[in-house]
Amino acid sequence: MKKWAVAIPAAFLGYFFFYPLVTVLWTSLSGADTSIGDVLGNAGLRSVAWFTFWQAGLSTILTLAAALPAAYVVARYDFPGRGMFRAGVLVPFMLPTIVVAAAFVALWGPGGAVGFRIDNTVWAILVAHVFFNFAVVVRTVGTLWQHIDPRLEEAATMLGASRGEAFRRVTLPLLRPALAAAAAIVFLFSFTSFGIVLVLGGPTTATLEVEIYRQATALLNFEVAAVLAIVQLIGVVSILALYARFQDAAAHSLTLVPPRKPRPGPERRAVMVVVSASSAFLLAPLAVLVARSLQNSALGWRSLGGSTLTVSPISAVGNSLRFAAVATAIAMVVGLAAAATIAYRKTRSSRWFDALLMLPLGTSAVTLGFGFLVALDAPIDLRSWWMLVPIAHALVAIPFVVRLVAPVVRSIPPRLREAAAMLGASPAQIWRRVDVPIASPAALAATGFAFAVSMGEFGATAFTARPDAPTVPVAIFRLLARPGAIPFGQAMALSVMLMVITAAIVGGLDRARFGQLGRF
Amino acid sequence: MMRSLIALGLVAAACSGGADSPSTVRLMTHDSFEMTDDLARFTERTGIQVQLITGGDAGEMLSRAIITKDNPVADVVFGIDNTFLGRALDEDIFDSYTPSAIDDLRPGLTEGTEGKVTPIDFANVCLNYDKAGLAEAGIEPPVRLEDLVAREYAGTLVVEDPSLSSTGLSFLLATIAQFGEGGWQDYWRGLRDNGVEVAAGWEQAYYGSFSGGSGTGERPIVVSYASSPPVEVIFAAEPITEAPTAAVLDGCFRQIEYVGIVSGTDVRSEAEGLIDFMLQKEVQEAIPLNMFVFPALESAALPTEFMEHTALPADPVTMSLGDIDANRDRWIAEWIDIVLR
Repeated sequence: MKKWAVAIPAAFLGYFFFYPLVTVLWTSLSGADTSIGDVLGNAGLRSVAWFTFWQAGLSTILTLAAALPAAYVVARYDFPGRGMFRAGVLVPFMLPTIVVAAAFVALWGPGGAVGFRIDNTVWAILVAHVFFNFAVVVRTVGTLWQHIDPRLEEAATMLGASRGEAFRRVTLPLLRPALAAAAAIVFLFSFTSFGIVLVLGGPTTATLEVEIYRQATALLNFEVAAVLAIVQLIGVVSILALYARFQDAAAHSLTLVPPRKPRPGPERRAVMVVVSASSAFLLAPLAVLVARSLQNSALGWRSLGGSTLTVSPISAVGNSLRFAAVATAIAMVVGLAAAATIAYRKTRSSRWFDALLMLPLGTSAVTLGFGFLVALDAPIDLRSWWMLVPIAHALVAIPFVVRLVAPVVRSIPPRLREAAAMLGASPAQIWRRVDVPIASPAALAATGFAFAVSMGEFGATAFTARPDAPTVPVAIFRLLARPGAIPFGQAMALSVMLMVITAAIVGGLDRARFGQLGRF
Repeated sequence: MMRSLIALGLVAAACSGGADSPSTVRLMTHDSFEMTDDLARFTERTGIQVQLITGGDAGEMLSRAIITKDNPVADVVFGIDNTFLGRALDEDIFDSYTPSAIDDLRPGLTEGTEGKVTPIDFANVCLNYDKAGLAEAGIEPPVRLEDLVAREYAGTLVVEDPSLSSTGLSFLLATIAQFGEGGWQDYWRGLRDNGVEVAAGWEQAYYGSFSGGSGTGERPIVVSYASSPPVEVIFAAEPITEAPTAAVLDGCFRQIEYVGIVSGTDVRSEAEGLIDFMLQKEVQEAIPLNMFVFPALESAALPTEFMEHTALPADPVTMSLGDIDANRDRWIAEWIDIVLR
């Protein structure tokens, strides 16, 4: 089991990620008359690279600052609506960026609901990134925080440490792996941001991802696009190197501390403030979407089965569910094998393997899409294979499966396995009887998560889905590409359906994972 | 498990790919392609299956065709337009084909195609305005492009970024054709000083910033299509008889969409059959209400619900493919310097 477990993720990522990536970069650069120096010497492109870095860094800091209070409150306190709040924060994360961007324009754009405009400024991008990534911090950090015994900090203060010191010396080191994982994921998503920057940033702002798209598809300048993709990869790898340093390979024994009711008075007021402020921030754009779907007529809803597109919008829901089921299956098989590899081998290389699995989160969908086209034509032509859609989704979902399952498998005390071995169990039996039962709740949670990631994916899907089998996000995009109240209403109605389906899945998975050790 | 997944994959690929069986034509199209019913009829009549391949927008589709030149991913490509065709001809990705219906097409559409591609439809990129919005503000609807630099039109116009949107590029080309190589820069300086807004793409300009029809923004004038007003009527929430928006028919850029047979295809005669089919009268007559563009076939009747609210520009702006190809990147760069910097 242990020996071949690594082969599955290695083969999958090798063939469907690294091979296409290397091939497309190689093809674009060989015989190029543009040298890397020319591109790096271009002041405009240098400023795009610099902007990409600092906005991602700032987005990460702002997201941590905005979401850590909510993570703490969810971890420590029991308050009315806690379950709904925990599930609800995930909805923005699953929405396609094009829908998030549309909601933000509705709020803060021309004639928007808020009354002042921040669209076409970097603030719109930053606020949207915080909105989008809020859940990553709450779920990653909050779940681990739940397992850190508050008595540790209390003991430190009793021994004379100030509260700040106790937090810094006791809680912070224990939280470090989750903080690093959350920060890395938020940074990668902001670093490769496309739809949000395109729609909210205005015409003068571009990230490397936007510029790669512009160079490859509007100016047909493949060499420049490839050089920019390499610059982007270098940025991603350096962040992941940092992340790997902060990932603690040692297992902490984790004990779930049940949340308690806040004491009346300032404590309860503080909890209320955090919960209501976070909810207001997350709900406002979602509320605008729902309002628009209703106001732009029940017609949008009534005509969902109809024919503004030859493929009816409602059939896109079927496509999405089908793709998501396959993507989830792939992500679970590959992700569980990867989690087992990381959990059982507590070495330096397993930390790097962990970081490597995160690479697809930070890779341009445009680059990978062209990579599929260039690399997957032989020995069997897979380029128009429907499976490419779920495969691309699985590449994004696998890191989340690993983050949820690996810590749980790692926290299984070795003596359990040793005892089973002494009683004569084979390695396979041990795995089936010891590891699987303990890890299965986390695996269940990961299943739902992977499913939801697939439902919301847009960038890679737009590149690989066949025109006659659009997913919900792709159908929304296509509906928004034509004038008229009915297509607009349908697009809004589909967005709301996507939200409802997502919330239902996340709510279901939360109940399934209740009381488990999963560290996201 | 992995082995069975791969095996499953191979079986699925063999069943669905079908690229090697001679009775399947792989057709790459753009995101706005809506002819699925027609294609079903084609298969029914000829027994030839049509497999659709994703192309993205016109520029993205050409990128895909170029990057897969050595081992084409499609046999037929539909939807490359005249803003990109010059580059496609340079790259030599199409084989010549002249369908028998070529002489029945509207005049001027085949210009510069070198017999490599066949025009199927065309659109006109025109200014659209919000009738009620302008009336409320007491502003006369514009009749010519020049009007927009006048003081009274300050803050009324939203356009698309020509480096990201083919609609935006078409409008830029229209202004260059209209005002000439020496004059278009001054025109855009005038628009800039008049507070023109630049949106990333058509969706953002029309839905986000335009105030007319289904738009939710504040600007009463937008760069869109001559066909947008009838579409507002056809897709209105409640039945209406008059379009809430209108197109300015002066200074429209004619965007022509072509279909071509990819060099090296194994299904040459099936591909020819598909192109002939796309030029048949019944298919051409269905184009306006499916894709909201005009059919290339001159004898194709235009639906009345469509023509009630729009018209064909009498004198659309055109530009030679060679001019577009030779100057596109430079014009875009200059435009960025003038308008965005």
